[in-house]
Amino acid sequence: MTMPILGKHLRYLSAGAAMAAFVICAGPSFAATPADTLVEGFAIDDIISLDPGEAFELSAAEVTGNSYSLLVRLNLDDTTQVTGDIADSWTISDDGLTYTFKLKPGLKFASGNPLTAEDVAFSVERLIKMDKSPAFLFGQFGLTGDNVTDKAKAIDASTFALTVDKPYATSFVLNVLSSTAGAVLDKKLVLEHAKAVTPSDEYKWDTDFGNDWLKTNSAGSGPFKVVTWKANEAVVLERNDDYFGTPASLKRVIYRHMKESTGQRLALENGDIDIARNLEPGDLDAVAANADLAAISAPKGTVYYISLNQKNPNLAKPEVIQAFKYLVDYDAIGATLIKGIGDIHQSFLPKGQLGAIDDKPYKFDVAKAKELLAKAGLADGFAVTMDTRNIQPITGIAENFQQTLGEAGVKLEIIPGDGKQTLTKYRARQHDMYIGQWGSDYFDPNSNADTFTANPDNSDEGKTKTLAWRNAWDPKELDAKTKAALLEKDTAKRGAMYEDLQRKVLESGPFVVIFQQIEVAAYSAKLKGFRLGPSYDTNLVAPISK
Amino acid sequence: MTAIEASKPARRRRARGLAVNFGRFAIMLATTVLGLLAVTFFIGRVVPIDPVLAIVGDRAPAAVVERVREQMGFNLPLWQQFVVYLRQALTGDFGVSVLTTNPVMDDILRVFPATLELATVGTLIGAGLGVPLGVVAAVRRGSIADQIARVIGLIGYSVPIFWLALLSLLLFYAKLKWVAYPGRLDVAYEYTFTPITGLYLVDAAWTRQWDVLWDAFRHIILPGALLGYFSLAYISRMTRSFMLNELGQEYVVAARAKGLSEGRIVWFHALRNAAVPLVTVIALSYAGLLEGAVLTETVFSWPGIGLYITNSLQNADMNAVLGGTIVIGSVFIAINLFSDLLYRLLDPRTRAR
Repeated sequence: MTMPILGKHLRYLSAGAAMAAFVICAGPSFAATPADTLVEGFAIDDIISLDPGEAFELSAAEVTGNSYSLLVRLNLDDTTQVTGDIADSWTISDDGLTYTFKLKPGLKFASGNPLTAEDVAFSVERLIKMDKSPAFLFGQFGLTGDNVTDKAKAIDASTFALTVDKPYATSFVLNVLSSTAGAVLDKKLVLEHAKAVTPSDEYKWDTDFGNDWLKTNSAGSGPFKVVTWKANEAVVLERNDDYFGTPASLKRVIYRHMKESTGQRLALENGDIDIARNLEPGDLDAVAANADLAAISAPKGTVYYISLNQKNPNLAKPEVIQAFKYLVDYDAIGATLIKGIGDIHQSFLPKGQLGAIDDKPYKFDVAKAKELLAKAGLADGFAVTMDTRNIQPITGIAENFQQTLGEAGVKLEIIPGDGKQTLTKYRARQHDMYIGQWGSDYFDPNSNADTFTANPDNSDEGKTKTLAWRNAWDPKELDAKTKAALLEKDTAKRGAMYEDLQRKVLESGPFVVIFQQIEVAAYSAKLKGFRLGPSYDTNLVAPISK
Repeated sequence: MTAIEASKPARRRRARGLAVNFGRFAIMLATTVLGLLAVTFFIGRVVPIDPVLAIVGDRAPAAVVERVREQMGFNLPLWQQFVVYLRQALTGDFGVSVLTTNPVMDDILRVFPATLELATVGTLIGAGLGVPLGVVAAVRRGSIADQIARVIGLIGYSVPIFWLALLSLLLFYAKLKWVAYPGRLDVAYEYTFTPITGLYLVDAAWTRQWDVLWDAFRHIILPGALLGYFSLAYISRMTRSFMLNELGQEYVVAARAKGLSEGRIVWFHALRNAAVPLVTVIALSYAGLLEGAVLTETVFSWPGIGLYITNSLQNADMNAVLGGTIVIGSVFIAINLFSDLLYRLLDPRTRAR
């Protein structure tokens, strides 16, 4: 007697379920992005600001790179050179201190305001005065809040002059100017949105230079302008119809925050996004098998390395440093763990930068390593720890290294940790070994040399926490050589000096460089003109059409 | 007559009891919130992460690091930092998030509706299907239906939701193309539609934008159904055991003897009594979903509070973590209070006392 009544209820239930299913499938679902809009699936949770005077994150650099113009830009066909962006031409004074830029005629910002040398001078002034993370780039030229208005100024409406404190290598100065910190901002627009600030000991100025507003807006003259940024959701760009160069073919670009590789791949296959930016090897294989999709890759300015803290007496022995370089199974790591995301690379300068070498003197060789360890008096091996960020491919490489070290009798203990946690320990020099990455701050060899081979004060109180300092490594004469290379006028000679520095570090530096990151993106084969640049700020979207 | 006379002091006694109850509740609330604040604050400060590093990044020069440390007050003794924080928090100022640079309260008001909407859909599905399933399993104990319900519950409870999410995405989105992905709306709508409450389904219906409503529905249904399945698993198991307990009671036998139909006994008498503890189960499951299902939010690119807090935690953005924890804690307390009220409504005995 229970049955029929329960049966009735079940019938209602299943009828309801069937109706729900019907409703779901009834809808049309031809997923496609709008024809005038480019949609990218991209992990953009690293963005903290879109103000070029503040932003220092990779995804933010891509946004500012597309929405602002610079004086000079990296030449994407020969990345050891720069070409003029808003600068038509430039001259350098005989003493090598003053750079004078002549601007192209008739330039305009996205707001419609004319772009003059006054705006360029203002942009440098606010960068230095705000003194946020990217300010040090121009600070390298000896610019300070007190002298910047004298050192970076407009001579007339179309002439801008920058005076640096030392006769630096021309290539260095121009490369720094090509970074997003050199973005030219619309002075009038920015000041309209500036907020008053009460000056204090830490911050001497009475304005925020529009920083608050620029975090989520743009005031540039690039091919696009920022419409909105919603943290962890999306960045929306719209075409700047007043752009002085070749106008973008698409009206709108949307970077949609998507963290998960498989999700990105599915959305790409279904046509809900046009470009997937964070695919893992498995999903890249699926893309390769799909005729409607294509993949593209470009080496980026980031190298991954293992470093040996010289405070540890065992790790300070030159034979141990050498032995460890023989104990990385480069081939196996290259073929599996970093397949599609990196290329084996052993020198500290990323390929593409001036002077970068591609020497690979080290091969996985246990016998050789054992011999070296015996010479160091450690024939029976020893125990050592490595702080390891729990993220791939770092963890995988650490585990692989643990095993290959074991073959030579060295017992490696991996200490897993969150990124900020391992970094905090690293910066306090409390690690034995550390595995991490270093990305160039600007596309010049000095960016990496200044951290791998510079260490002016190796004491615990040292203020300049370069990578050499963090590993308590005194690079001795290399420190002076790094400084000399910065002043070398002859670009070819300068390149040779960096080659020499890299070879010295390869031979005896406590850094086991393993690979250089390559960025891979998969995209709908319908897209034309899509290309990845050597850095995130040169991942240009303007040439893309559908 | 005498009964009415006696009820006056009784009412007064009850009113006094209510005031005492309320006072006790207020004290409990205050200590809970204070405890929550203190524990989160100190955990946030003892983690071996330099908060300044989170703000300025790895590359900042030493001078900038020192300046920011002073600005943020990180060089003060810990208890002083706590007092400063407490004073701000009491005025509703949870500080500014390092990651998004917005006031934490603004951020939470932006991300919380997304989670609220998803959790509500999830709970509606979970309770709507879980309760009947549990009842059926209890009534037909040991039958095939019971076994099926058990397997469904077991799978829902033991399979990692992350895996299930990817699998369902593969099936319903990539292969069958029934649902939409990623996020809460299609790109075409996302930047033309202005939300009012932040609950897209409600907003779209309110403004009569039926195409947006449909699109929002197609986006929410899959993550909602997944969370629903997850809570269904729990709710159906609990319903089954509550129902088994009720069906063994004497009043059920009495009702049967009286000749009531079995359907009436099960769905009106037994379920009504089982509903009292069931409300707590559903409320707790709802509160659990409101904390933000981090993995589901990650897979579906759902900009909810779980994702927000996890991301903040990983980046040592302590203001955001603290603000988020307090909001979630308050929601938890509010839901508990609400289920207490429902108790009174469902169980007349609790009303008298």
